[in-house]
Amino acid sequence: MAPKTTAEVGGMGHSIKRKEDPRFIRGQGHYVDDVVLPGMLYLDIVRSPFAHAKITAIRTEKALKVPGVLAVITGETLKQYNLHWMPTLMSDTQMVLPVEKVMYQAQEVAGVIATSRYAAADGVEAVEVDYEPLPVVVDPFKALEPGAPVLRTDKKDKKDNRIFHWEVGDRAATDKAFAEAEVKVQQDMYIPRIHVASIETCGCVADFDRVRGKLTVYMTTQAPHAIRTVVALVAGHVGLSEEKIRIVSPDIGGGFGGKVPVYPGYVIAIAASVVTGHPVKWIEDRMENLQADSFARDYHIHAELAAKKDGTMTAMRIKTVADHGYTDAAANPSKFPAGMFSICTGAYGFKNAFAEVDGVYTNKPPGGIAYRCSFRVTEAVHTIERMTDVLAQELKVDPADLRFKNFIPPDQFPYHSVLGWDYDSGNYAGALKKAMDIIGYAALRKEQAEKRKKGELMGIGISSFVEIVGAGPSKHFDILGIKMFDSCEIRVHPTGKATARFGTKSQGQGHETTYAQIVAEELGIPAAHVEVEAGDTDTAPYGLGTYASRSTPVAGAAGAMAARKIRDKAKKIAAYLLEVSEDDLVWEPGKFSVKGAPQKSKTIQEIAFAAYTNHPQGMEAGLEAVDYYDPPNLTFPFGSYICVVDIDRGTGMVKIRRFVAVDDCGNIINPMIVDGQIHGGLTMGMAPSLLEEISYDENGNISGGSFMDYLLPTAVETPKWETDKTVTPSPHHPLGAKGVGESATVGAPPAIANAVVDALAHLGVRNIDIPITPEKVWKILKEKGVAE
Amino acid sequence: MAMHKITVTVNGTPHSAEVESRLLLVHFIRENLVMTGTHIGCDTSHCGACTVLLDGEPVKSCTVLAVQADGRQVMTVEGLEQNGTLDPIQEGFMQEHGLQCGYCTPGMMMTSYALLKRSKQPTEDDIRHAISGNLCRCTGYVNIVKAVQYAAAKQQ
Repeated sequence: MAPKTTAEVGGMGHSIKRKEDPRFIRGQGHYVDDVVLPGMLYLDIVRSPFAHAKITAIRTEKALKVPGVLAVITGETLKQYNLHWMPTLMSDTQMVLPVEKVMYQAQEVAGVIATSRYAAADGVEAVEVDYEPLPVVVDPFKALEPGAPVLRTDKKDKKDNRIFHWEVGDRAATDKAFAEAEVKVQQDMYIPRIHVASIETCGCVADFDRVRGKLTVYMTTQAPHAIRTVVALVAGHVGLSEEKIRIVSPDIGGGFGGKVPVYPGYVIAIAASVVTGHPVKWIEDRMENLQADSFARDYHIHAELAAKKDGTMTAMRIKTVADHGYTDAAANPSKFPAGMFSICTGAYGFKNAFAEVDGVYTNKPPGGIAYRCSFRVTEAVHTIERMTDVLAQELKVDPADLRFKNFIPPDQFPYHSVLGWDYDSGNYAGALKKAMDIIGYAALRKEQAEKRKKGELMGIGISSFVEIVGAGPSKHFDILGIKMFDSCEIRVHPTGKATARFGTKSQGQGHETTYAQIVAEELGIPAAHVEVEAGDTDTAPYGLGTYASRSTPVAGAAGAMAARKIRDKAKKIAAYLLEVSEDDLVWEPGKFSVKGAPQKSKTIQEIAFAAYTNHPQGMEAGLEAVDYYDPPNLTFPFGSYICVVDIDRGTGMVKIRRFVAVDDCGNIINPMIVDGQIHGGLTMGMAPSLLEEISYDENGNISGGSFMDYLLPTAVETPKWETDKTVTPSPHHPLGAKGVGESATVGAPPAIANAVVDALAHLGVRNIDIPITPEKVWKILKEKGVAE
Repeated sequence: MAMHKITVTVNGTPHSAEVESRLLLVHFIRENLVMTGTHIGCDTSHCGACTVLLDGEPVKSCTVLAVQADGRQVMTVEGLEQNGTLDPIQEGFMQEHGLQCGYCTPGMMMTSYALLKRSKQPTEDDIRHAISGNLCRCTGYVNIVKAVQYAAAKQQ
């Protein structure tokens, strides 16, 4: 579709260069560690070497003698203010600092406040803590066994380690469908614990102004408004009132979900600033970030598919154990303890499905947050897309053919899924067909057959995923009771330039550019003349923030709606200026003209000037609007990915030879940025497929706690991604857009896993859990007698 | 803690200071000189966000002590733009959408700048290997490679 606006205006569909870049390429970004305030002190944190232990003593005398160390804050200090525990976003509780025991390795034990970063680190070394080790529960299945040590002894009535049991679908009907099925397959899968590892770690500068009673916190948060409310709720009793709290989220060096939760370090820094009257900076180092900040995934899945002999899928059944660590500190909407896992029926027209998830406490840091994924969609997509291949292998049919046979056809949208979602629009066969054409699927299958004869290992993997983003409609979606709307306020200034403020907060997605393009699209004011601001709760309208690919679907829609309110008022002013009725006016981007007399027109800039200098009597001056957008439905981006791998029989190394990604995110705001989002998402899909995993030994010791052994993909492992698109607009979004930031992270892992399994399928391999490391593959090759 | 008087020339300007033996070069640049374009992303020399040039060679400034830079030339991201003209590598990153959150960008540009000083026409493979000590979590590297190619072409 050709853009409606000119390149100079730069509305939707133009690949305009990013407005953020001039500062970033000069090193002039302003990240939290760049914030320096007069009299600023530094916080560093003492952490537990044990995964589960009673604290019998904390001695601070030596630390307090270290030059530059001013104070040591412990759980007992915070307990005096009842701030030693805090609520999580899932209405569980989390320790800020412990008074009795620690629950995971690297848990915060005490905070040292000093005049410099180095002195604070010296102080940490000098704090002495006595621990009495307690039995450690690492395995979530063992945690559920009768007789397992109950971890949350702080909860008076808690008799086991189960956090929640959640289920969806019709169990009886699904069981019946399985009993009657002609073909059944089942598979256990583990989606391991991983960490977003944004290149900027988390941190803050808390600045309490005793005279004004105002707390300002510069912090790495994806959701500044929600944080403000949480701080007011947690610390209201010590006098922090919401109008006196200002959260500023500066430039953020990547978020991916890891900067949604409230971490103890933020709270300790705030407490320290309130107590000392000085600004206090806390910046975690990489090891703290990897070892203690919230984790993603950690789903142990047992999945089953039922089908007819002809390949028609008839039922799906899933039982999952979810390891949440010692507290449920996920950031799911309240009513969805397992997030959007019920998107697990994917792109297929199942008549029966049932899924259940048990959330479990273990001696690990809080888990269950995102990794560039909207609320457990990655786990759901991995399950259905892996199982589809398992079924194809059982039926000895091509996995592409099996998908075509079961796709929900385009004429059935909006489609009500058996687990309760209303898919807005889709053309799943169209995307897969396109991906197959681009990669040359038939020729690849032929090549594979020839290579197999020669003993060479090559695999082709498909993933036809359905995303579910844009949370969400207020009827079902809230976090801590706050509905998941989002917002935009636009002020058009007298000279026709505009400032637009949003309730979300970009962490690299390019909102300053794409939101300006939305305003440009709707008002015809050039994107270059639209200044986008977000992240400062004193100025931006209230919103729930940027995660789960909700910015374009929710805040972007708010931007369009606010602009339309401005256009409505502009029309009244234009009618007044042109001395015609509103009905006689026609709009084209940037101006109203009189029907039949196009030479009689007023540009949006002329109208803006009149709004302040010559507005109609009886009308309020100014040209501003606010919109709080409550989406009528979620959006359902989708796509089909095809991955080709070659496996080295000597080393077990998997090399991605080609990867074609066809994405459909509805109407596109900035094609360049969408492509960039997909490249990044694919790389964060490849990472857990081949490289990344955080695991623990039986004593709860972490492996993968630094970049020494938590392997982020470099430019060498990352393939040259090939991207393309289809465009199926969302029928309910004002711009027809759907969101795209996480599609590729969600869609890529099963394509890669399917490709590797496909390469080994003739040897009888049916599943390999991610990450598919050379060691895992080599062991299989050895076992099958094909290792070189 | 022993103190040392050092003089480090950063982007052509000599800076003298008395520093602790243990002060890292990255903290000297960021905190003593208040040049915050050089970032910190890990503790183990893996991420490369802190990459600067020391006597023309890329180093991870989190793994160099400030005293080791005494009497030497340091170039940071702030030194790329000359008299209001962007370096081709800066232009390339902007034109090819080689950055998203911007956090790895300064280090990535310094490594790429050094590559282009020693190799006028690097292949894609050369570029990918050269930047393999700099981690980017946003871009998937495709457009970073294009950004370096853009700068290489521009310098021809």
